[in-house]
Amino acid sequence: METKYISQGGMAQWFESIIASGKRVYAPVNSRGQVDFKLVKNLSEVADDYIQTTQSIKASVYPKAEVLFTYEKDHGKVNLSDFDPETIPETVLWKVHPCDAAGFKPLSAIFNWDSADKLHNAHLVKTSVISFSCAKADQSCFCTSVNGSPGNTAGSDIQLTVLPDGGAIAEILTPKGEALVALLPPVFEAERGDKKEQYLVDLPARFSLEEVNAKLNKAFNSTVWKEQSERCIGCGACAFVCPTCACFDIQEDVHGSKGRRIRCWDACGFALFTLHTSGHNPREHQSQRWRQRILHKFSYMPDRLSVVGCTGCGRCSRACPVDMNILEHITSIAKQ
Amino acid sequence: MKKLRDRVAALLDEGAVSLVIGYEEGTKRPRPLFCRNSESSGKLIFDSRCFHNLAVYVTKKELVGKERFAVTAPISTLRSILQLYVENQLSEEKLLVLTVDLNGELREFVTFEEISAYVAQFEMKRGEREQEILSKIEGMTREERWKFWMGEMSHCFKCYACRSACPLCYCTKCVVEVNRPQWINPWPSPISNMEWHVNRAMHMVGRCTACGACGDACPVGIPIDLITRKMMEDLAPEFGYIPGQPAKQGNALSSWKLDDREQFIR
Repeated sequence: METKYISQGGMAQWFESIIASGKRVYAPVNSRGQVDFKLVKNLSEVADDYIQTTQSIKASVYPKAEVLFTYEKDHGKVNLSDFDPETIPETVLWKVHPCDAAGFKPLSAIFNWDSADKLHNAHLVKTSVISFSCAKADQSCFCTSVNGSPGNTAGSDIQLTVLPDGGAIAEILTPKGEALVALLPPVFEAERGDKKEQYLVDLPARFSLEEVNAKLNKAFNSTVWKEQSERCIGCGACAFVCPTCACFDIQEDVHGSKGRRIRCWDACGFALFTLHTSGHNPREHQSQRWRQRILHKFSYMPDRLSVVGCTGCGRCSRACPVDMNILEHITSIAKQ
Repeated sequence: MKKLRDRVAALLDEGAVSLVIGYEEGTKRPRPLFCRNSESSGKLIFDSRCFHNLAVYVTKKELVGKERFAVTAPISTLRSILQLYVENQLSEEKLLVLTVDLNGELREFVTFEEISAYVAQFEMKRGEREQEILSKIEGMTREERWKFWMGEMSHCFKCYACRSACPLCYCTKCVVEVNRPQWINPWPSPISNMEWHVNRAMHMVGRCTACGACGDACPVGIPIDLITRKMMEDLAPEFGYIPGQPAKQGNALSSWKLDDREQFIR
């Protein structure tokens, strides 16, 4: 790892050279009153002055709907056309927050827990992450409680920490990061001894993961699930804005003798998610589905995949129509 | 506020109701509260910030149980309760409705007739936001409107928060959950998103009371509440409705008459 300094002007030139290299660049854009990741061509399109994008960057490596394969029946034969990883373009994610970059690890842990997921991995290979450390946070943020921090570099190829002069400390973290630097090496100057910590938001931890995990190990039959989930209306807003939620559905899109098999986002909060063909639903009530959401992130994933399924980005709390605040709920479980 | 809390505590202590659905302070704004004992009634609040439509909970059987319960209802919730009553989803024996009127007085409605008389005092008006967006849309050509809505719908990722937040979406099996046949493709795409929203809108025609809960719930900021609101406004003069009040002769798209003056229906 190498640390450099890049000036504001240098950053603009570097951005132009990334675009000129032909890579797709996704960055936060403010439109319709919301900030979200969109394809950009100019640095001027990139949003400033916001806490968090409404949606996470998850869709870049786990699209909302993706074709697994296509098929065509032809005189008793089936011609199958598999997903081709080469169709995925080189992609750069610009101005990702550390809580989003940290989401790649839990997401990949799910997609690769038994067999390697060709699609997800193809996206990952082609994706480079330029994260920006956080100088601001709001009351929904809690990365420091879930192994993260406003300057966490996990999942990033380069992390920039913006300085008062508009320039930035550039931490070049991986070979992918080095390749991006190589697009325009002269703008990366010798570091000036700036202290990164000085420019990060102070966000004290709100709970201890070990404590939560220990409580959850004995909480399966607790009344807490019913109490907390009474107001939950069972939509999928929390899951769809989450950087680590990976529930999916597999669907057929058939037209005559041709078809496509599609993987699309789903949510464990939906009643339909666990409904069996027989009509039996092992998670019949919203409280059981809420329990699944929390246990999966804070108990099952740490136990089985050695990674916590939450990065503390706070998006679910911001998106929830009925204020199911995850920080509040987890803190109350930790204190029980 | 004290009157409301005291009354709720008394109702629960006396056993007149087993549950009171109301509002408490939340982390961002007031949120739903479920009082099952008089102690929790101390958290109750009721003011102009309490606009989440609590009628969404009154048809959830696992939540309200079999005994009599109460709900504290601002005007939007009262309108939805009346519509649910007209649709035979509620009974007077089971539901007690409380509100705080404009003079700050606590009101109790035992019958739906009383709610109806109370609601009739309030004229349904567009707010500033509704007026701003709707007048823009009303000034568009048909092609421009289609473009506008296709653009908005392209942001939909089918979390169904609009459906979940709507008090009138009480079906235990929604059209999007019917998969034999699969009427609407479950994955988000421009056309399947539009299919979902057109379906939702058509199921709401003549029923929507324009509470705005669907638009408020949408995490990606689609003003979907304005579609059903506009339909409510447009239908009212044609079918003799009063906007925001239930159609006493039945809902526009789910009732018909033998002596209808239109030929196509016969």
